[in-house]
Amino acid sequence: MFHSLGKYILLLRLSFRKPEKFSVYWAEVMREMVSVGVGSLGIISIISVFIGAATTIQVAFQLSSPLVPRSIAGSIARDSTILEFSPTISSLVLAGRVGSSMASQIGTMRVTEQIDALEIMGVNAPGYLISPKIIAGVTMFPILVIASIALGIFGGWLACVLSGDVSPADYLSGVHEGFEGLTIRVAIVKAIVFGFIITSICAYQGFYTNGGALEVGQSATKGVVYSCVMVLFADLVITRIML
Amino acid sequence: MIEIKGITKTFGDNEVLRGITAKFKPGKNNLIIGGSGSGKTTLLKCIVGLHEPTKGDVIFDGENFTEMNFEQRVPIRTHIGMLFQNSALFDSMTVEENIMFPLNLFTNRTHAEKLDRANFCLERVNLKGKNKLYPSELSGGMKKRVGIARAISMQPKYLFVDEPNSGLDPKTSILIDELINELTEEYQITTVIVTHDMNSVMGIGDHIIFLHQGKKWWEGTKDEIAHTDNKELNDFVFASKFMRAAKARL
Repeated sequence: MFHSLGKYILLLRLSFRKPEKFSVYWAEVMREMVSVGVGSLGIISIISVFIGAATTIQVAFQLSSPLVPRSIAGSIARDSTILEFSPTISSLVLAGRVGSSMASQIGTMRVTEQIDALEIMGVNAPGYLISPKIIAGVTMFPILVIASIALGIFGGWLACVLSGDVSPADYLSGVHEGFEGLTIRVAIVKAIVFGFIITSICAYQGFYTNGGALEVGQSATKGVVYSCVMVLFADLVITRIML
Repeated sequence: MIEIKGITKTFGDNEVLRGITAKFKPGKNNLIIGGSGSGKTTLLKCIVGLHEPTKGDVIFDGENFTEMNFEQRVPIRTHIGMLFQNSALFDSMTVEENIMFPLNLFTNRTHAEKLDRANFCLERVNLKGKNKLYPSELSGGMKKRVGIARAISMQPKYLFVDEPNSGLDPKTSILIDELINELTEEYQITTVIVTHDMNSVMGIGDHIIFLHQGKKWWEGTKDEIAHTDNKELNDFVFASKFMRAAKARL
């Protein structure tokens, strides 16, 4: 375990060495940002709307007491979405979508000698392949999480309109009541940390792939599993520290 | 010129290379031959720096490559071209982008100049007009030729070729051999080829090193190989009935 941790840290250090040519790296960063950000927007939108809707209906069902104001469903759905569902669930989904793709892409490059080709040319392969992915992860994950929060709250409103469990006016009133900016800061910090964890762990797994097609698949699986576990651990640590 | 001195490489307890010493001259096709598992590819990877030798030195024109760190190696690496066994073209890039990739990173040429160079290299390997194709759209022979075009794009002083004929039909193999031979002579490149293709050995083997059990077992030219009395080399080169018949006719 310590051996792997050491290799991971050394790989990260190599990844952030001075680039051979900034413009070439910048183009890669832009390409990765489009791939991570725009490419994931569809799946993030779908899961956010459904999770927001389901959360609102469940909260409304559990707090169906005449002593509890109906608007509380909006407040609880909002805080759950901002603090947990949008950053954590979205990141777990992104680990599957973005992380596995990164691990298998880099792993395939390793087993087909494309990484060797880079090294022979004198290119710092970890820098060229991994740093743009990490930069894309830490910049695009927060944007995706913000979009997910907005869509999750919209999903809750849609559930109110369609089911009538809570009136849309009560829901919106609850969403506005007692809002604290800290929750958004927590969500953004989580998104940045999760973005780093997922991209770096999956890139590490891909970079040290050894063998053939079977091992590329195993690297992608390991990357997703390890990054999901680390995301949940980091979620607990950040929540404990910031709240 | 490339000089290797006492190259030894071990993986755990397995000693793959045992003190190999040789010189590879410019303008010559230097072939490393040997059976499977004899250490040919490991030796090539030690020379280009993909593996670090356990012992020994690799010297490029008087500069000890083995003792250099990553940054110090970069100027030498920009003079190295390599053709991999499976071509190792970048899947996400077109043919043109593959060839321009080292030019983008290591030169300050304008886009037009880089494009000119890419077109020249493509013309040189008889693939004019294939600029916009992706590697997945190319045949095995075309991939090899694009690999050669990428390898020569930086006008290398040293060209390394790993199994250039694997997976190719005999006619395409000969074309690839001839192309490597022409480029080596034309640009006076120090070319090192790892192969176990006997047509290549007899066709372009200016200088041949035979590896056996991790050691340099024999060294000579394609003319000398036919008349050697080295048992292991004879067993390897003349393993097929065709080659034995060819030897009998000599």
